[in-house]
Amino acid sequence: MSSPADRRYTKEHEWVRADGDIGTVGITDYAQDQLGDIVYVDLPSPGTQLKQFDKLGEIESVKAVSDLYSPVSGEVMEVNQEIMDRPELVNQTPYDEGWLVRVRLANPAELDNLLTAKQYDELIAQAQEP
Amino acid sequence: MTLPYIANTAADRQAMLAAIGVASVEELFADIPAEFCIGELSLPPALSEPELVRELSALAGRNRPADGMPCFLGGGAYRHFIPSVVGEVIGRSEFATAYTPYQAEISQGTLQTIFEFQSMVCELTAMDVANAGMYDGASALAEACLMAAAISGRRRIALLSTLHPHHQAVVRTYAFGRGLAVDVMPPDGLALSEEHACLAVPQPNFFGYFLPDVEAVERAVHAAGALFIVSADPISLGLFQPPGEYGADVVVGEGQSLGSPLNFGGPYLGLFACRQQYLRQMPGRIVGRTSDAQGRTGYVLTIQTREQHIRRERATSNICTSQQLVALAATVYLAAMGKQGLRQVAELCYHKAHYAAQRIAQLPGYALAFDDLFFKEFVVRCPRPPSEVNRALLERGIGGGLDVSQYVEDGLLLCVTEMNTRQEIDRLVEALAEIGGGA
Amino acid sequence: MSGGPRQPDIGARLTFDLGKPGRTACSLPPCDVPEADLPPPSLLRRELNLPELSQVDLVRYFLALSRRNYSVDSGFYPLGSCTMKYNPKVHEKLACLPGFSGLHPLQPLATVQGALALMHDLQRWLADITGLDGVSLAPAAGAQGELTGMLMVKAYLADRGEAGRTRVLVPDSAHGTNPATAAMAGFQVVTVASDSQGNADTQALASALDDGVAALMLTLPNTLGLFDPNIGRIAEMVHRKGALLYGDGANLNALLGRARFGDMGFDVVHLNMHKTFGTPHGGGGPGSGPVVAKGHLTPYLPTPVVAKEGEGFVLATPERSIGRVGAFYGHFGVLVRAYAYLRTLGAEGLRQVSDNAVINANYVLARLRPAYHLPYDRRCMHEVVFSGSRQRAKGVRTLDIAKRLIDYGFHPPTVYFPLIVDEALMIEPTETESKEALDAFCDALLTIDREAEEEPQVVKEAPHTAPIGRLDEATAARRPVLRWRREVGDGS
Repeated sequence: MSSPADRRYTKEHEWVRADGDIGTVGITDYAQDQLGDIVYVDLPSPGTQLKQFDKLGEIESVKAVSDLYSPVSGEVMEVNQEIMDRPELVNQTPYDEGWLVRVRLANPAELDNLLTAKQYDELIAQAQEP
Repeated sequence: MTLPYIANTAADRQAMLAAIGVASVEELFADIPAEFCIGELSLPPALSEPELVRELSALAGRNRPADGMPCFLGGGAYRHFIPSVVGEVIGRSEFATAYTPYQAEISQGTLQTIFEFQSMVCELTAMDVANAGMYDGASALAEACLMAAAISGRRRIALLSTLHPHHQAVVRTYAFGRGLAVDVMPPDGLALSEEHACLAVPQPNFFGYFLPDVEAVERAVHAAGALFIVSADPISLGLFQPPGEYGADVVVGEGQSLGSPLNFGGPYLGLFACRQQYLRQMPGRIVGRTSDAQGRTGYVLTIQTREQHIRRERATSNICTSQQLVALAATVYLAAMGKQGLRQVAELCYHKAHYAAQRIAQLPGYALAFDDLFFKEFVVRCPRPPSEVNRALLERGIGGGLDVSQYVEDGLLLCVTEMNTRQEIDRLVEALAEIGGGA
Repeated sequence: MSGGPRQPDIGARLTFDLGKPGRTACSLPPCDVPEADLPPPSLLRRELNLPELSQVDLVRYFLALSRRNYSVDSGFYPLGSCTMKYNPKVHEKLACLPGFSGLHPLQPLATVQGALALMHDLQRWLADITGLDGVSLAPAAGAQGELTGMLMVKAYLADRGEAGRTRVLVPDSAHGTNPATAAMAGFQVVTVASDSQGNADTQALASALDDGVAALMLTLPNTLGLFDPNIGRIAEMVHRKGALLYGDGANLNALLGRARFGDMGFDVVHLNMHKTFGTPHGGGGPGSGPVVAKGHLTPYLPTPVVAKEGEGFVLATPERSIGRVGAFYGHFGVLVRAYAYLRTLGAEGLRQVSDNAVINANYVLARLRPAYHLPYDRRCMHEVVFSGSRQRAKGVRTLDIAKRLIDYGFHPPTVYFPLIVDEALMIEPTETESKEALDAFCDALLTIDREAEEEPQVVKEAPHTAPIGRLDEATAARRPVLRWRREVGDGS
């Protein structure tokens, strides 16, 4: 399955979709599948300044904790409150209702540091080779 | 030599070594460099079971247990009545010889009792969530202070000076690890700042007394943006207002009183409860309710990502065990005492302690050291050094109190529980009168 | 049988819901003194929601729950790294002797000389067994013993003006408590890789060791059940760089009477009484985690230690003690059992323990090796770690294998640990199990391997015979229900 082409990706399996100067951030379908049942997401409060590739938060499955990294720099505008009550949304619709945060992009040019959908799919294909 | 705890016979061992493909057991230890292989240890020779019973009974006989005489010693370890059902339940092999309930399907017994325990601790303290138990009241307090530091990002811990000195010492030990400063302050001289992660307060305190104005303390703590930690005597909570109702953020306590014998100081039980918002910073094991595919209710270890086996160096604590059998004793104890029984125990302690205090206060030379409200312990000033008073009491077959003269001049800390009959209290009073008269 | 009248399952409800107002399970004496005035109601509790059960219901309830537990006394319990050996029954009786259980920790020392003598002997024996110099019995459990040991390391280095040593090395095979402990003691954790043989990678170790390292925390045998033959060299490397060697004694069962931590160069070690010395695990405690140290660290032991003074014994505080780790002296009740264990076995018995523990593990290794992947293909010590990778290729995961073992009447081994083994199955038989028990267990695992091939669904849906099926852990963690609450609409 190919990843949506309307956004960019990190090697750490986060995505960002830019809409004007607002970027919506989430994790990829591959990431949610690897994590298994997601039970909790720890995210920064609105107003927090993020730096590209720095730690964004943590995502927990029943028996694992993984760090999340921000694909872009900027200020957190909004946190997806839905996933606080229903973290399973991240499993069910990682590219849509399961988004994590919205960020006001400090430097849209940073998007060029990220992978395209095609590049990301290639990365996943390599990872899955035995 | 055939040992009762080893099942393999010599023939079994030979057959197994053959199946393994070695000629001797020595080959299995070949990875141990020869320079480190040792000869015989210098342990005493092995004993048979009857010999063992004789030897340990003799050792036990060299002690003079507090539990075997009228005794008025408290100070953090208490003699309370233990219903026989407690021993019956915790003596069940199915509980005692199981381990951490990793495999929920065959550990529902342990898991459900932990859920009961958490529920009872929440009810008792009026808090939202409780863990499955910690080592003892002192380490639970230390863990609470570390948790407050982690939540607040602050580096100073404030302790009320009237906390049990041993508990204060344990907090210092844990604080040394995390590099936190510890400030000890008297109740009438709180000096909290925005550097303080918490203030920890005993209810009642080491000397048996409650804070005269706990609301004022709570306001001061929260005004400083710190967490309000209360270390409570769980038996007192049968009668007195629970800390959750006066603003505690974390409640800890020594759970030994709940169905465990004195045991020369351990194993005891740390109680730990907090507000819902701190759940994910809480140390220790937690059990939750859920269901299987067929909708049957069951219990599992949960919110495990806080713990060392998953989060490793970023865990909220390194603790693995939960004092499970001691927590089970507390669970059975609280279920047996129930709504009425625990209140009755607490009232008996209160009335008997006040009877004793009032009578001792009337003796020439003796006086109560404090006027504050107390529960089952109080301090009397003695006409002679408390150590001498204790010695003289022991000569009369009475276990005295705790000499606290290093904190209160000529102070003797006495504890009276439901285990002390009026006759015992009267004997104590008479003995104190005699002892004091010779001063 | 079904459909007819039937006694309800008393364990199906919680004690809070089982009772009825007016019932009680206890009887307390009337108040025999004049009642004092109670404080004003504002200081008193308004309501206390505790159960109201009759005594017979209380006993039946907890017995019903006990039957839902698997224990060492129910059957084989090969939980790796936990040393689930048989717990002798006489110990329970001895620990409950009133001369032990009735002792108040603050009694005059003259009245507790028997207890102190017992602790003093135990200190000496643990020093002898480990080849180290000083012992504190105070730590409450293995994890607290670890913390104690690492705080001693910290205090020792600080006294030598080496507080700049802020890092602690931990192998990637280590138990989670090791890094968690190092962090709790204020150190930064640096993970060191294992080599292809499952030993510490001495090259990786050499490059990680520098003047900023306080200690290496090593478990021996390690969590793979392997004895690292380079231990002498490792100790030398660590010491040459001015760091200390910390030993996690969780796996001492393999070395009893064979080799000693002190001789191998360890500076400080914690032990687990509930693993090595046969005290009951209690469903998750109480344990006991004494710390044993070489001479240069003994002044830092936690207080108290039991010391001989004249003809008697006293509680002493070491000169540079890190302080208290618990309110009193450790888990005395557990120590009585450990003492009894050592008295029953003696030196010769201890060696038989390690011999049989190691034979049993290697026998399991030999029998299962044809069917299960052995990632480190060499002889093991007291436990063996397989990988379920071959079965996973057939669509059956290690978790499924574990659950299927329940159907065959066994407690599963430790699974998914150590982390460096994919789909790990960690089996520790202990010395107390018989060849017959091991054969039955191996037969079950070999059957499950065939099932994974022939009817994987049976394995994936296991257990089929347990009182309850696999529980929904995700929902438990997403929407935590962690305590009883009165049902809404329940008017009582």
